[in-house]
Amino acid sequence: MARRNDPFTQDIDWLTLILYLGCITLGWLNVYAAVYSPEEHTSLFDMSTNAGKQLMWIGTTAILVICILVVNHKFFDSFAYLFYAFMILMLLLVLVAGANIKGSHSWFKFGGFQIQPAEFAKMATALALAKYLDNPGVSLTKQKDLMYIAGIIVLPCILILASNETGSTLVFASFTIMLYREGLPGWIPAIGITAAALFVLALIFPKLYIFAGIILLLVLFIALMPRYNRNLNNLLSLGVLVAGMMIFVTGVDFFVNSVLQKHQRNRIKVLVDPTIDPLGVGWNVTQAKIAIGSGRLQGKGFLEGTQTKFDFVPEQSTDFIFCTIGEEHGFIGSAVVLALFVGLLARIVILAEKQRSKFARVYGYCVAGIIFFHVMVNVGMTIGLMPVIGIPLPFFSYGGSSLWSFSILLFIFLKLDSRRTALSRR
Amino acid sequence: MLENRKYVIIGVFCLMALTYLARLFYLQVLDDTYSLGASKNSIKRVIEIPYRGQIYDRNNQLLVYNTPVYDLYVTPKKVNISDTTAFCRLMDITRSDFDSIMGLAQNYSAVKPSLFMRQLSKEDFARIQDALVDYQGFEPVISSMRTYPAHTMANALGYVSEISKKQLDNQDIPYYRQGDYIGHNGLEEQYEEQLRGKRGVKFVMQNVRGVNKGPWKNGEFDTLAVAGDNLITGIDVDVQQYADSLMKNKVGAVLAIEPATGEILVSVSAPTYDPNLLSSRYFSKNYRALIKNPYKPLINRPVMASYRPGSTFKLIQALIAQQQGSLLPSTVYGHAGSPMRCHCRGGNNLRGAVQNSCNPYFYYVFRKFLYFNGEHNTFKASAIGLRQWHDMAEKFGIGARLGVDLPSELKGNLPTPEYYDKAYRGALRWKFSNVYSLSIGEGELLISPLKLVNLAATIANRGWYITPHYIKGLGKVGVGVPEEYKVRHETGIDYKYYLPVIDGMRGAVANGTVTPLANIAGIDLCGKTGTSQNAKYGHKFDHSIFIGFAPMNNPKIAVAVFVENAGWGGKAAASVAALVAERYLKRKTEAKKLDEIVKASNYLPPANSLLTPKKPSPAKKDTTQKDPKPVQPKPLMTAIQPKAVTATVGMGGN
Repeated sequence: MARRNDPFTQDIDWLTLILYLGCITLGWLNVYAAVYSPEEHTSLFDMSTNAGKQLMWIGTTAILVICILVVNHKFFDSFAYLFYAFMILMLLLVLVAGANIKGSHSWFKFGGFQIQPAEFAKMATALALAKYLDNPGVSLTKQKDLMYIAGIIVLPCILILASNETGSTLVFASFTIMLYREGLPGWIPAIGITAAALFVLALIFPKLYIFAGIILLLVLFIALMPRYNRNLNNLLSLGVLVAGMMIFVTGVDFFVNSVLQKHQRNRIKVLVDPTIDPLGVGWNVTQAKIAIGSGRLQGKGFLEGTQTKFDFVPEQSTDFIFCTIGEEHGFIGSAVVLALFVGLLARIVILAEKQRSKFARVYGYCVAGIIFFHVMVNVGMTIGLMPVIGIPLPFFSYGGSSLWSFSILLFIFLKLDSRRTALSRR
Repeated sequence: MLENRKYVIIGVFCLMALTYLARLFYLQVLDDTYSLGASKNSIKRVIEIPYRGQIYDRNNQLLVYNTPVYDLYVTPKKVNISDTTAFCRLMDITRSDFDSIMGLAQNYSAVKPSLFMRQLSKEDFARIQDALVDYQGFEPVISSMRTYPAHTMANALGYVSEISKKQLDNQDIPYYRQGDYIGHNGLEEQYEEQLRGKRGVKFVMQNVRGVNKGPWKNGEFDTLAVAGDNLITGIDVDVQQYADSLMKNKVGAVLAIEPATGEILVSVSAPTYDPNLLSSRYFSKNYRALIKNPYKPLINRPVMASYRPGSTFKLIQALIAQQQGSLLPSTVYGHAGSPMRCHCRGGNNLRGAVQNSCNPYFYYVFRKFLYFNGEHNTFKASAIGLRQWHDMAEKFGIGARLGVDLPSELKGNLPTPEYYDKAYRGALRWKFSNVYSLSIGEGELLISPLKLVNLAATIANRGWYITPHYIKGLGKVGVGVPEEYKVRHETGIDYKYYLPVIDGMRGAVANGTVTPLANIAGIDLCGKTGTSQNAKYGHKFDHSIFIGFAPMNNPKIAVAVFVENAGWGGKAAASVAALVAERYLKRKTEAKKLDEIVKASNYLPPANSLLTPKKPSPAKKDTTQKDPKPVQPKPLMTAIQPKAVTATVGMGGN
């Protein structure tokens, strides 16, 4: 191959790149549709609209991507901790010097543009985690290593939480996927999922019903247990587990009603019953569902959506961009977008598995986890399966910070991967 | 081993995608409530009000048309007035008006426009237009207002104003919305459906704040507003206005119809008012003033007032008695034996009795009529006779609604035997001597001017009538006239019986009860005077009535005139009728002297006499005791249904 060392061409995974470009293009068109106003007929390239600005962001992203692709792959490995440290500094700085936007102190303002360091913290944390796990001898079964890893994750979380960005904080839970792949005992995510399930159940049903359900399950479980396993130890740990679940459910009640702030509590309650207050708290959810539901099978057609265009859906070009897709392109369009994401995620996982260095693999899983988490929460909230958490849909939502951060996140991985293909050819 | 966990992870990704797809499939394909929600959300029906039809007279003169005016809308959120006092002065409203309007608007919506002020005339708008630029949030919307260039026929035309709450709630099909205009009373109400036209519907897309964002689907489902039909009436506006001028300073009604067609030529209700008063933004103020006016200008007297017909009713008596066979044209009755006074010399035949309005003559005619059935028991005979009398008189349209195209026609009263049975608490407890005042059109008879003009037309036609009506066409003459206005109603009286009566009517004008001045040369007026008892009920004067037609042969116009409190019918009412007939037939007024006398005469009762009389004070009790049932003065006759029978001694006719 003539240009086998050229980092721009065949060394990059083309399938990922195509999927990425597909997402970016669809995203841009939908941002245009979301802000399109039939009486003004603004151009796709009008710089005063979100669509025009998004195009500018896409252009700057391209420059960033080229920069990533030309630097030496060792750069990311070597400077991983430095990135992390820099990002922590930025998160601290934004708390002091950040602009106040909708009660959130997480933005730097430069003229008309805003940058949110929290968006980049994910990437830096992923690099730091990859770097740490790359150390020989580090194992997720060792208590000490787990502590360190938890520390790396929790530190930026605290800072982002302090800037009132609950949504971005939750994204850090996505590292669980990488950790699971790297040997985290299965019971840890299992507990997490059980806790989440109990949390939702506790919101819907009275406590006593859940207790009854748990005890019923316990009895069933013991009955179905092989006789030889029914020793005192196992029964004791089951008892502890059940007690823990009950305490948790009781705790949820207290947590929701006493600890969470009102708007957070409402977002969760609306998840359970969006009809509580269709014009108040339930407005976002109801309008998002109306917009998507009215798209039917084929959608209303590009620029024909009435719900998103006329501002019935709030923040329709950022967090609720999926409504525009659902309304204008219907079930088919929604399915295409979901398929694009699943394809991209699967491709990243497959590529990650091929990596020779543990650094690249860990990083790849972090990327997949982060994108997955965003898609799951973002789409889930527009169709009423997740609480309203303000996080963007990767590559689709309008906004420079998220577009940059996701592109950087992805292309660092592609850069690492291109090194792997280059090596394999030697 | 750990490598296999990638399958778990990819599995989780796929599980999420499948769950979401299932959910999306449910939301988008299976459940259509959301797509309904969307159209409710963002697509609004906007009603376009069409131009209301205009109203014309028979000679293509405009009676009602639409003037462009400006409705001023306010969007509370945009309003920022620094000097409210100056603004109120500009708008000619008080501060409290301003506050209440703004409060209502704010309640409705801060961001959607609400009505601030209706119907600013062009002049008003021109005055404030420049200043309005400085006041944000006020937006003029062009609209239209009914205008009445002829300044006449206020009651017959009715008016157009905002729909009432009750009307809004009682709609069969929800057509009108709050704040819509609708015709009230008169022709505006009667022909509302034809005049209002067809509304246009536009579907527009609106954003979440209700701001318009252009047509939906490029207006594919929009319908255009269709202007209402013009209503052509049979009114002759020149004669109408002339009759108005004659009825100045009088209370009463003038009606004229074309006998051959039943078309109403003149419809005066006096006192009247300028219909433009109820068509401006000062509607409520003006309406309140009219309601309080003691002369009750809002009553449409031609159809809503009921009077005793007095001697004019003798015409019907003469006709039905001839038909029955109990009266011959040559029959002569004297005054002797009759309880009624009379001012003629007596000894008339039928023609003379009509000409001189001889009361005793018709006393005997009626007595013979009632007893003309072979029944010897006078009670039984009276019952049979009165039934026959009722059925024959009914054919003239008395005692029921004629069916004129106005919404407020009253029935009046034509007593039946049952009516007296009830009044006398049992059958066969009354006879001719109890009811003889009917013979000269007094007693329990109640009749509206419309029915009397119809009687005049019936006699002019020598036997039939077409229900009086205003409509002459919708859009074009003859189009859309209801079938019922083309049907001849026969009276069941033979042609020949009309001739002596008409002879008598001509004689009454030429040489009888009518003032000589009213016998205007060249119009050949035939008529009958009447004096409706009123003085008896505590008033100084009776009501003056005249009905007639002209010319005698091939009549072109039938007239009925009521002038309240104007004394005998031969003077006030007959003069007005003669002048109206002359004006219509000659298109000019030659009887200048009569014209002057009529215009100069004032029969308005003093306004304070019209207020509800105080209860008699104890000191006056003695004088009132003699009258066991003091009849309340009936200043301006409205619908009075006699409740009990008083054995009236008819003294009326002349």
